[in-house]
Amino acid sequence: MGQLSGPTDPTADAHWHTHEERKGFFTDTSICIGCKACEVACKEWNHNPRDGDLDLTGMSYDNTVSLGASTWRHVAFVEQDRARIEEARESGRVLVSLGMPQVRSERDVTTSVTDLSGGDLSGVDTTPPDTPEFRWLMASDVCKHCTHAGCLDVCPTGALFRTEFGTVVVQDDVCNGCGTCVAGCPFGVVERRSDGTAAPTTREGQKKGEQPPIPNKGVAQKCTLCYDRLVDGQTPACAKTCPTTSIKFGDHEDLVTEAKARVAQLHAQGMTEARLYGANELDGVGGTGSVFLLLDEPEVYGLPPDPRVCTADLMTMYKRAAMAAAGMVAAAAVAFLGRGGRGA
Amino acid sequence: MSTSEYDSLRPPEPPRRRRRGGGGGRRRRPFGTGDGNREMLMVPDVEPTSYYGRPVVKPAPWGEDVAAYLFLGGLAGGSGLLGAGAQLSNRPKLRRNARLGALAAVAVGGAALVRDLGRPERFYNMLRTFKVTSPMSVGSWILSAFSAGIGVAAASEIDRMTGEKLPLGKLRPVLRAVEGPAGFEAAAFATPLAAYTAVLLADTATPTWNAMHKDLPFVFVSSASLAAGGLGMVTTPVEEAGPARRMALLGVAGDVTAMRLMEQRMDPVAAEPLHHGKAGTMLKWSERLAVAGGVGTLVGGRWRPAAVASGLALMAASALTRFGVFEAGLHSAKDPRYTIEPQKRRLAERRAAGITDDSITTV
Ligand code: SF4
Ligand code: SF4
Repeated sequence: MGQLSGPTDPTADAHWHTHEERKGFFTDTSICIGCKACEVACKEWNHNPRDGDLDLTGMSYDNTVSLGASTWRHVAFVEQDRARIEEARESGRVLVSLGMPQVRSERDVTTSVTDLSGGDLSGVDTTPPDTPEFRWLMASDVCKHCTHAGCLDVCPTGALFRTEFGTVVVQDDVCNGCGTCVAGCPFGVVERRSDGTAAPTTREGQKKGEQPPIPNKGVAQKCTLCYDRLVDGQTPACAKTCPTTSIKFGDHEDLVTEAKARVAQLHAQGMTEARLYGANELDGVGGTGSVFLLLDEPEVYGLPPDPRVCTADLMTMYKRAAMAAAGMVAAAAVAFLGRGGRGA
Repeated sequence: MSTSEYDSLRPPEPPRRRRRGGGGGRRRRPFGTGDGNREMLMVPDVEPTSYYGRPVVKPAPWGEDVAAYLFLGGLAGGSGLLGAGAQLSNRPKLRRNARLGALAAVAVGGAALVRDLGRPERFYNMLRTFKVTSPMSVGSWILSAFSAGIGVAAASEIDRMTGEKLPLGKLRPVLRAVEGPAGFEAAAFATPLAAYTAVLLADTATPTWNAMHKDLPFVFVSSASLAAGGLGMVTTPVEEAGPARRMALLGVAGDVTAMRLMEQRMDPVAAEPLHHGKAGTMLKWSERLAVAGGVGTLVGGRWRPAAVASGLALMAASALTRFGVFEAGLHSAKDPRYTIEPQKRRLAERRAAGITDDSITTV
């Protein structure tokens, strides 16, 4: 058993003997244009079936709704007015003035970040670069490939495993679909694939049986960070297809450095709403393999504001359970010894 | 601002006011029913931001089968313990009934667990490895170890009941020799069986379950004790059922106390689902039935009809506790509020206390 929380090298924790650099994504939502090419490329490459009926949700341009068993990239769309833009900018400013960490990581970033973390933003030009009345937030969400992955920790069969690239992957032929990982993920990523779309459709204009058979029914499914492509030295499909380089793929360490530089650049441009998500190895999941640059609070994008891997408290839980079990034995002893045996 | 030819049809726009904590996600109106103005007319709601009200975490894809198993596993564990006590204190009827009850409960409960899998034909992969970090894995081993012991012990009982009709041949003396140790082996795994399911639920990102992680084991072992005591009272003549009655009473006391303590100590928002809707109703009745069963045991436990009625009430109480807790957790996962609010609060508390280096959001 490796470490259950705190900063660590997940591959070493998993006792890999070969050494590969930890791989990850840096999704810079400030340059996402919401084209959903990543969603399409992911589905294509991984042969993921359609999930659910095709419906208009009314959630801006998002008709995908969420990550799931057959959706491993999900582009979120949020429409915001002036008040919200100002609030986002303000909450970002608060973050900066907290003197939040880019600290405690050896490789430190550009000087402008250090300047800002002093909390003095008076000299910064805060003119909104966008239209002041309205903005669209677009963000391509994906599995975080957590340093401490709840899904992996709680999986009883060992179907979920840590690859040599530090990513988290399900083995389709081992998983028995117990669903523990689904509840274990603090980001709501992994899901058990149901046969939802397998039924031949009979709606007008659609041919019966037009859907191909659904692969891996009943087992847990999620982003593999294109493990099959990584072992071949290829870039994951989503990153390869992204036309704006909003999705960047590479060595985790480099990406975190790049992310910090980018957030500093945006701050220098007055976009104090810019912030990083997952780039801190001291957070509740030990940092994530997929790092994001967001332009508002995480929950606006449907991300948890303070996730904590459930197994971080596992030893407390086991201790409490052991105490409870001891109490039950004691109760049984009292039940049998009480009142000298046969009375009561 | 863009204009359109339909602008004249809109109601006049009230003066802008600054909203707090709103976001794209607050707009829960169904598709096509509103425009920006309608939102302005709403009372400022205090709901936190979320992504269109969509859940942040996913609920476990578990059906009522799993809730039933929570009950049956506890019942089996408690009965296994009663059986071993009866073995030691020479109460053959209580021993027989407890063993048979435990076997039936694990058999049905185990089958329910397998049925709930996405790929039931691969159930044996549960024993493919042993992972301490996975309560499901630890639990599978506990369940297997318990089942093995109680199976042997109960087989011997069945053989005796049927007048040695089981086709055992020369193995009969062997079975008789090992039934005692097998009963104790099962008893060794009985309390873990009753307690681990609490860890299984708590060790998730499901807000209500996770918030219970310190106290749920106490609720579950108490619930298991009162259920097993109840079963003993239903199945066993009153002269031999004394320990079952006392175990039930201790269980009731533990259950009511632990449940209340737990609700007080957990995050108030995460505790809400325990009081609302189906889960709230089930948990309310669970407490009522537990108390009623306890009083019945105390007052009329030595009169068989009253003992049977009390025992049934206790078993129902235990089942309702499990289904209620189960349901409350699933509900908490489906509403983003239960994930976001407690997390925001604890983050703010840490920041207020000067801890600013452990947030997932950084600059
Ligand atoms: S985001 Fe969820 S599914 Fe992805 S590695 Fe982390 S815990 Fe597992
Ligand atoms: S559903 Fe599959 S991958 Fe998920 S915990 Fe169960 S066995 Fe592991």
